[in-house]
Amino acid sequence: MVEGIIGKKVGMTQIYDKSGVVVPVTVIEAGPCFVIAKNADSKKVQIGYGKSKNTTKSVKGHIKKAGAQEDLKVLKEFACKDMETVQLGQEIKVDIFKEGSIVSVTGTSIGKGFAGTVKRHHFRRSPMSHGSKSHRIPGSIGAGTTPGRVYKGKRLAGRMGNEQVTVKNLKVVQVNADKNTLLLRGAVPGASGAYIIIRKGKA
Amino acid sequence: MSSVIKDIENAGMKEKIEKFEIGDTIRVYAKIVEGDKERIQGFEGVVIAKKGGGVRETFTVRKIVQGVGVERIFPIHSPKVDKVKLIKSGRVRRAKLYYLRGRIGGRATKIQDKAPE
Repeated sequence: MVEGIIGKKVGMTQIYDKSGVVVPVTVIEAGPCFVIAKNADSKKVQIGYGKSKNTTKSVKGHIKKAGAQEDLKVLKEFACKDMETVQLGQEIKVDIFKEGSIVSVTGTSIGKGFAGTVKRHHFRRSPMSHGSKSHRIPGSIGAGTTPGRVYKGKRLAGRMGNEQVTVKNLKVVQVNADKNTLLLRGAVPGASGAYIIIRKGKA
Repeated sequence: MSSVIKDIENAGMKEKIEKFEIGDTIRVYAKIVEGDKERIQGFEGVVIAKKGGGVRETFTVRKIVQGVGVERIFPIHSPKVDKVKLIKSGRVRRAKLYYLRGRIGGRATKIQDKAPE
């Protein structure tokens, strides 16, 4: 069995569990994915997902070898324990996950642009009133003549977000293989509509 | 909203909801778990607010217990809300009756009855 799947974040909502408690869930449209390549040495399987409008010829040829439809958008390698059971072109659906199991999700976080130190590194704010003229400035960034430079790694303002983020230990609340949807408890990195990778976590 | 999310939310919603308005006095039959037994407990008071929409809609019920104001917020679609019984319709001119919180004594819960239509 392949240890993960590629999907798309749909958005968040809430549902009631069996005992009537509200559970915040992220809805994910995952699969069907297709096995594109197998690597017996590294025990990994490459699967593809999505629909691309402009696939290059070389990628098309690569996918064609597996006998899957040629316009897959995202190709990704996943670990696979029993390689013999997986065939090229085979369909991977969300039913590889069970309700109640633990997964980790990798996605690209929402870009925040050029962010200041308060937002980016949780620096404390300066007083907003009482004559204070500084509100969100970083303050001192180092000593004077000695060392005469700013230390490397000093946390400053800059680009924030739009980077790969993995959230571990998310619980699977619901699996719907007919509709290819997956409901995970809690939030998942990325904007709605973004491609994400769901891997089986350590139970 | 995405149709996928809509489907999921519709599945969690109750098909039939008792009708009640802001200012009505109602009795909410809420399921509570005691140890391993489940029983139904009533909560009677004035509806002072309704918030949210769809599966997220909630309502707030206020009553006075031994001179102390008690408010409970119930999600309308929660399976823990067994049923809601309308006791009295009230005539109010606000959508949120938070002004009742500042009242003391006999006026605290008093709401004019709705004129029969």
